[in-house]
Amino acid sequence: SVFRKIDDELFDELEEALIRGDVGVTTSSRLVEELRRQARVRGLKNGDELLPLLKELVAERLGSQVAPLNLNEGGLTVILVVGVNGVGKTTTIGKLARHLREDRGMKVILAAADTFRAAAIDQLKVWGERAGVEVVARAEGADPAAVAFDGVQVAKERGADVLIVDTAGRLHNKGHLMDELGKIARVLGREVPGAPHETLLVLDATTGQNAIQQTKLFKEVAGVTGIALTKLDGTAKGGVVVAITDTVQVPVKFIGVGERLDDLQPFDPKQFADALFSE
Amino acid sequence: MFESLQERLQEAFKRLRGKGKLTESDVTEALREVRLALLEADVNFKVVKSFIARVKERAVGQEVLETLNPAQMVIKIVYEELVTLMGGANVGLTMADRPPTIIMLCGLQGAGKTTHAAKLALRLKKEGKKPLLVAADVYRPAAIKQLQVLGEQVGVPVYAEGDQVSPVDIAQRAFDYAAQERRDVIIVDTAGRLTIDEELMEELRQIKERLKPHDTLLVIDAMIGQDAVTTAEHFHGKLGIDGVILTKLDGDTRGGAALSVREVTGRPIKFVGVGEKLDALEPFHPDRMASRILGM
Ligand SMILES: Nc1nc2c(ncn2[C@@H]2O[C@H](COP(=O)(O)OP(=O)(O)OP(=O)(O)O)[C@@H](O)[C@H]2O)c(=O)[nH]1
Ligand SMILES: Nc1nc2c(ncn2[C@@H]2O[C@H](COP(=O)(O)OP(=O)(O)OP(=O)(O)O)[C@@H](O)[C@H]2O)c(=O)[nH]1
Ligand SMILES: [K+]
Ligand SMILES: [Mg+2]
Ligand SMILES: [Mg+2]
Repeated sequence: SVFRKIDDELFDELEEALIRGDVGVTTSSRLVEELRRQARVRGLKNGDELLPLLKELVAERLGSQVAPLNLNEGGLTVILVVGVNGVGKTTTIGKLARHLREDRGMKVILAAADTFRAAAIDQLKVWGERAGVEVVARAEGADPAAVAFDGVQVAKERGADVLIVDTAGRLHNKGHLMDELGKIARVLGREVPGAPHETLLVLDATTGQNAIQQTKLFKEVAGVTGIALTKLDGTAKGGVVVAITDTVQVPVKFIGVGERLDDLQPFDPKQFADALFSE
Repeated sequence: MFESLQERLQEAFKRLRGKGKLTESDVTEALREVRLALLEADVNFKVVKSFIARVKERAVGQEVLETLNPAQMVIKIVYEELVTLMGGANVGLTMADRPPTIIMLCGLQGAGKTTHAAKLALRLKKEGKKPLLVAADVYRPAAIKQLQVLGEQVGVPVYAEGDQVSPVDIAQRAFDYAAQERRDVIIVDTAGRLTIDEELMEELRQIKERLKPHDTLLVIDAMIGQDAVTTAEHFHGKLGIDGVILTKLDGDTRGGAALSVREVTGRPIKFVGVGEKLDALEPFHPDRMASRILGM
């Protein structure tokens, strides 16, 4: 290949690539500043060496926070799944239930605490069937906190290892809906010490900079402990999570790569950084 | 949160003014603030580039160089250009000369298609029409049930054949059913799909081929980031869309997608979704959207 010298144009190109991947202007320019510095320190001369270095920087940011699912060893683990509308909460729960049951041999119960959206309960029941786990539900319109409460009781009765609670999609700027979420979390905490042990925020990889605000507010109200980044099988890169780990500090734990039961993968920072710059 | 663009521009010009009379390159320098603001609002990278070029052309005219308040002048130009780009006035649904009018919704997963099918049905019903909703998503778990529940809520019948039938056939028979039942608007809900899913994109093409909709509407989530352009380009390129519904604008996203989608397809945004309730549908207003994108 032709030798490419390191110049401003090259740094600009790399910054563009980051912005195109939804990393956002602020974090992108910060990353490129760091890239400039490191390139200088390491005495790099060949332009081809910049991209691998930038990928390293991105992966480092994401990877310093890689964390496994929080489990309540020896007791009932409660996982609360939250997020804005349509991001993939219910689908991710189906996939996660299969993973915990089949790959980790756990007994899993699902609670259908989205009692608001049309046919949300039926949708979760289909996923429960696919994953081979029981679904606790009440009628549409029931109090979601009451369904969460039921879920805990059934999970205890069955001697389950994990209870996963599905919640209705809600926009983070809607105070009353966020209060309702806080209430669900409190009920869970009252019934099981330390619950929810994991509050998974589901983010859609096509989302732009708004995902930062989503993370901030859901963290405030529900104490988000991990992110599941869905729809990475599409053309979107989901780079906003780089900005999120930069400012809000919540680790990405899973990625969704399709609509089937086994389309859930553990988050891999290096692979993610590679994909961020692909094509 | 964001500083307002107005303040940022004022800062920039104050800095530049210190050197004396404003020059063309000073304006270019100040426009970097506009670029940042648009990128923060999720306007697509390429779209920002061409937009800034257009604004610059107008801004380096004497009006900005000579004025006492260049920041205000730049804002005015940016705002006007945004409004123009997003299509000036509002555009409604295309109604057939001879009923039935056929509307097909398409888009990525979770964008709001099913909800907006029901919202459109309610709106048309209130206008005295007799809509029919068609359940052509046979993939998503409980998608048909979802549409049926929503149909009931708005008091509009739903044509469904279960999930073991091809959506193309469902659409075809729904057309016959509508004629028989004298329904004058047909609204087809389709499954969410990725633009790189050739098989499912082909399915949409076939539905479109059979039904020849008067309005093929791309439903797009206002929170979408840089991918808005790819999504819009592909749906328009592979299928051909007539308009857009921008959903979930009741959130706090700036909604830069509006600009991107309009720029790459040239098709109007016809409606915006502003809530989960079925009457939360409004006509699109370019001027309001421009203010929103700029954080004004
Ligand atoms: N391609 C792709 N589609 C996904 C993925 N995860 C979820 N989906 C799809 O996204 C759409 C929305 O998924 P849901 O699980 O219903 O999302 P939700 O967050 O529960 O939605 P609400 O409950 O309405 O807020 C469905 O069509 C899913 O099949 C993914 O990883 N990849
Ligand atoms: N806040 C808000 N939520 C909306 C709006 N439109 C739709 N939703 C919600 O977004 C989620 C997804 O909506 P759907 O209508 O199921 O989306 P879809 O495009 O049909 O999804 P798929 O069929 O899975 O591709 C649901 O929770 C809806 O209630 C809106 O304008 N505002
Ligand atoms: K991708
Ligand atoms: Mg759901
Ligand atoms: Mg749908």
